[in-house]
Amino acid sequence: MTLADLGRDDWTRFTPRQRMTRYAAFAVIALAIGWALGSIEIIWAWVWDAPEQMGDLFGRMYPPDPTNLSTILQVLWETVNIATIATAFAVILSLPVAYLAAQNTTPNHATLWLGRFILVSSRSINTIIWALLFVAIFGPGVIAGIVAIMFRSIGFVGKLLGEAIEEIDKRPVEALEATGASRFKVIAYAIVPQVMPTFWAVSILRWDINLRESTVLGLVGAGGIGLILQGAIDTFNWREAATVLLAILALVIMGEIVSAWLRRRIL
Amino acid sequence: MLKITDLVKRYGGGDPVLKDLSLEIPGESVVSIIGSSGAGKSTLLRCINKLVEPTSGSIVLNGTELTRLRGRQLREARRKIGMVFQSFNLVDRLTVMENVQSGRLGYISTWAAIMRRYPREDVRRAYELMERVGIAHYANKRADELSGGERQRVGVVRALMQKPEILLADEPTASLDPKTSEQIMGLLRDLSRELRLPVLINIHNVHEAREYTDRIVGMRYGRIIFDDLPAALDEEAMERIYSGSPAADRAGDMRQAS
Repeated sequence: MTLADLGRDDWTRFTPRQRMTRYAAFAVIALAIGWALGSIEIIWAWVWDAPEQMGDLFGRMYPPDPTNLSTILQVLWETVNIATIATAFAVILSLPVAYLAAQNTTPNHATLWLGRFILVSSRSINTIIWALLFVAIFGPGVIAGIVAIMFRSIGFVGKLLGEAIEEIDKRPVEALEATGASRFKVIAYAIVPQVMPTFWAVSILRWDINLRESTVLGLVGAGGIGLILQGAIDTFNWREAATVLLAILALVIMGEIVSAWLRRRIL
Repeated sequence: MLKITDLVKRYGGGDPVLKDLSLEIPGESVVSIIGSSGAGKSTLLRCINKLVEPTSGSIVLNGTELTRLRGRQLREARRKIGMVFQSFNLVDRLTVMENVQSGRLGYISTWAAIMRRYPREDVRRAYELMERVGIAHYANKRADELSGGERQRVGVVRALMQKPEILLADEPTASLDPKTSEQIMGLLRDLSRELRLPVLINIHNVHEAREYTDRIVGMRYGRIIFDDLPAALDEEAMERIYSGSPAADRAGDMRQAS
């Protein structure tokens, strides 16, 4: 505060110039939203119609039809297996990728970029698109689903694990290098213990996500419960579709409970 | 015996941190290196086990030239050099026994290391050393459950597990309270006598250097300017080692160079 400030009783957060800039920014955003809404073709009659349609659909879905329940539960179990097997393989495969993609462990620049390229390409493609690709390669079925989920998960797990490796305390690493331990032993003793908590947390989180993703794989023919859902919708068997949706809901809740329990036990 | 000749370390293109430094540590004496921060004490120690790569000069430990070693040969040489750190540098999430056994990593197979199947004689030696420094009852505790003084004892035992031919200690007591740090200094001195081991200690605490070591080396801006028995470290020598500004010292260097 300078002497000239004494006795002043006016204060503003922004200068007039700053205020004008802010108003201009708001105006631009409002225009962008307006333009976006104008450029997509919305048939408003269908939007206003939606509540009625929804009520109609629920009417046709109720009561859920449990005749195929045993098949549905069996396929649901298959879905769980897709998610679990894919997560297990993805976690194992992501370890070397994380090692390559972490700046402080990667052997050289080329390997760093290789690691990052694997992570980015895996993460930039959605599971469903991976699934379309692998259905074309392996044919429809569980294998395509497992490989699709695995490919998407490697990027996710590898990225988070790589970041955990970059944030470790380097001092124990220095100490073990000073004992004359080989590179691999230094990793096993100084780096692995430090990233263990992240490793488990990320693996559980990814399993949780994969459980949800594996329920929609069937829509593109890559196995799992989505296949039955697709069939039910295509044949206008809305009551069976309702059963499938309820089963998926139950599965996701179960997954939530199991992953919460694992997190408590391991972390 | 450790013999350092004309050692130079320069980071980038700047002023060297170590300037033609020569030092000889015969037999099993405890030597302390004192000097203000930035004098190059830590760099000197790290050049010996090549955690820092020396720019030029020679370091010979018991007949082995260390400066030119690479890869496997370097790792084998490092096994013979134990190091104790200011912040202990333990792996917090491993047990005390695993931390102690990590001093043997240069000797045991990768499989034994990963499966934690340590050779019997290593386990026996670990218990003996831990008993000697008073931490044997912590063998199964995680390292982060211990107090500072106890953690540094783990650090000392880890270094001794290597069966080193020399022990380097980089400010081993700087993170400890006064009483604990005197205990650690006493321990280093006693272990040096018992194991007939030369010990080289960087230290800020001049009182402890006088009390616990056989010889004091005073460093100032990359040079050794004092090297004598603790009794010879008088006011005038302290003045030379610690007083003055870095700028004045650099000006002195430039006068010498021109």
